[in-house]
Amino acid sequence: MKFKLIFEISKSMLFARLKQTMVAAIGVTFSITMFITLLSFMGGLNKLLDNLILNRTPHIRLYNEILPSPIQPIDKSGKFTDSYNSVRSIKPKDEPSEIRNSLAIIKALKQDKRVLGVAPKTMLPIFYNTGSINLTGVINGIDVLEERRLFTFDDYVVKGNSVDLKNVPNSIVLGIAAAKKMLVEIGDQIQVTTSNGERFPLKVVGFFQSGIEDIDKTQSYCSLATTQKMMGKSDSYITDIQIKLKDRSIARKLSIQYAKLFGSQAIDIETANSQFDTGSSIRTLISYAVGITLLIVAGFGIYNILNMMIYEKMDSIAILKATGFSGKDVNRIFIVIALTIGVFGGILGLIFGFGLSGLISTIPFATESLPTVETYPVDFNPKFYLIGAIFSIITTYFAGFFPSRKASRIDPVDIIRGK
Amino acid sequence: MSNKVIEAINISKSFHDPITVNVLKEINFSVNQGDFVSIMGKSGCGKSTLLYILSTMDTQYKGELLLDNIKMTGKKDVDLARVRNQKIGFVFQFHYLLSEFSVLRNVMLPGLKLGEKTTQEVEHYAYEKLKILGIQDEALKSPNQISGGQKQRVAIARALINDPLIIMGDEPTGNLDKKNGEIVFSIFKELAEEFNQSLLIVTHDPDFASRTHRTIVMEDGRIIDHGI
Repeated sequence: MKFKLIFEISKSMLFARLKQTMVAAIGVTFSITMFITLLSFMGGLNKLLDNLILNRTPHIRLYNEILPSPIQPIDKSGKFTDSYNSVRSIKPKDEPSEIRNSLAIIKALKQDKRVLGVAPKTMLPIFYNTGSINLTGVINGIDVLEERRLFTFDDYVVKGNSVDLKNVPNSIVLGIAAAKKMLVEIGDQIQVTTSNGERFPLKVVGFFQSGIEDIDKTQSYCSLATTQKMMGKSDSYITDIQIKLKDRSIARKLSIQYAKLFGSQAIDIETANSQFDTGSSIRTLISYAVGITLLIVAGFGIYNILNMMIYEKMDSIAILKATGFSGKDVNRIFIVIALTIGVFGGILGLIFGFGLSGLISTIPFATESLPTVETYPVDFNPKFYLIGAIFSIITTYFAGFFPSRKASRIDPVDIIRGK
Repeated sequence: MSNKVIEAINISKSFHDPITVNVLKEINFSVNQGDFVSIMGKSGCGKSTLLYILSTMDTQYKGELLLDNIKMTGKKDVDLARVRNQKIGFVFQFHYLLSEFSVLRNVMLPGLKLGEKTTQEVEHYAYEKLKILGIQDEALKSPNQISGGQKQRVAIARALINDPLIIMGDEPTGNLDKKNGEIVFSIFKELAEEFNQSLLIVTHDPDFASRTHRTIVMEDGRIIDHGI
């Protein structure tokens, strides 16, 4: 009942100064619109850039680095327990870069509940032979189906079909820059030489484009079996085990665990790509800062208009107080006015923000480096809308707080006697 | 002995800016139920200041104020607001109607604020008050559409809406021409005599004062004639 009356008085005052009210509300609408648009766009861009790396990067990669052994024979001897030793010119041991016992490791990983999937990989440095010239390159032997499932391999095969890699024997998906150099088309044969000096004919079944020129120049993909055949190794020869987890955040912890458990090196995604997280968080920070600044500016608009309203309505406030409205009631009336401006302006802002980000998401955005992207990326994250709504209410509340307090402290005697 | 609706005990007030001036000096008086009292005095004698203290709007004074035998001195803002809402009706020199609301709504506002009746009841009651004052036909108009005399009558209706203990007026006819002033006076008189309404009106119109039941005369912050 009491609140109904306060709402009614607020409403009348709002409508009495409809133009100013509208201007204030438009200020809020504009700032919320920009806030939403900015964050959605930034969020979309961040996601795109992150996915560019994250989609293709395993959460944990197991591999064997060629390293000098940290434990030398002298360390194992019991005779020199209370003395130091220094061995100079230690060289790495000649051992294959394969992961030992790889099939058992893969089997164990597949049973781990935290693991989403495992994709084995074998890297093989080669030369592409084109006429008398040899171009350096690297062939990645992959499990095609797993690679497609876990690392969106298909998105980067711009021509041809990645499944052919599995179905056509001795086939290759060639980096697009390398293909341009060699002037080959899909269906052509190319020759490659392995580091052992063996020549191999391979049939081109597709082109691969990562968007990074240097990678496209050198990297190519074959099936795991083809690669193993080229090296003359058995089907257990695997140099990398790529692991995708269900929860990326535990990657660091788990990688240490796996390294110990499987006796190989392990690197997690955070360590390998720390600069991406930093970039994303700073971009997000900047967008929030700009958005909130806009809102605060809108808040000052509301503050001004309420102050003006209070000067104009001095008489009304005085008589309300004289006829039994307390300072608290008057305070509430103006807070309600401020919040009404905030809520309506905010809701409109959310709607316009949604519309504007929708519009942006339809603008064509074609770039060589991002073959899968056709329009500007926009992230329609409900979180942004929630934050926008909360902030519009908080800023308008504070913008209304001081003028309302001033109104509540107006002494009716001063006004009435002053006439 | 009739009931005292308002009583001032040793009320003093001074302004300190720029020099200390004692505006009111130990005022003692009371108004009984059904009295039609006027306060007379030259301008600057403190009669309006006294009225605002009696109205509970001004709390910066020494002494004690009793309304309906309840002590008002030292009460909180919220409580005083409620007392004003319920027990005091105001009529000022200026009408102070809210231009955003219709005449009827203006009259209803203090009633709605009190919240003892439903909106329909308050509306019905407001119509009755407007009828007593002969302006029920203007009820749905905006305050800007009616004449000065009518506005003052609307202000009186607003003062009456909660059936106050006492109506206080600060020069309620000061802004009106003779004819409208006469109408307002006769309304006051009718309220006092027919509805047993207590009234306390500050005026400097001797003609107005002489026709009230009792005239208190003030000079230099003191009451020099209690009019009894």
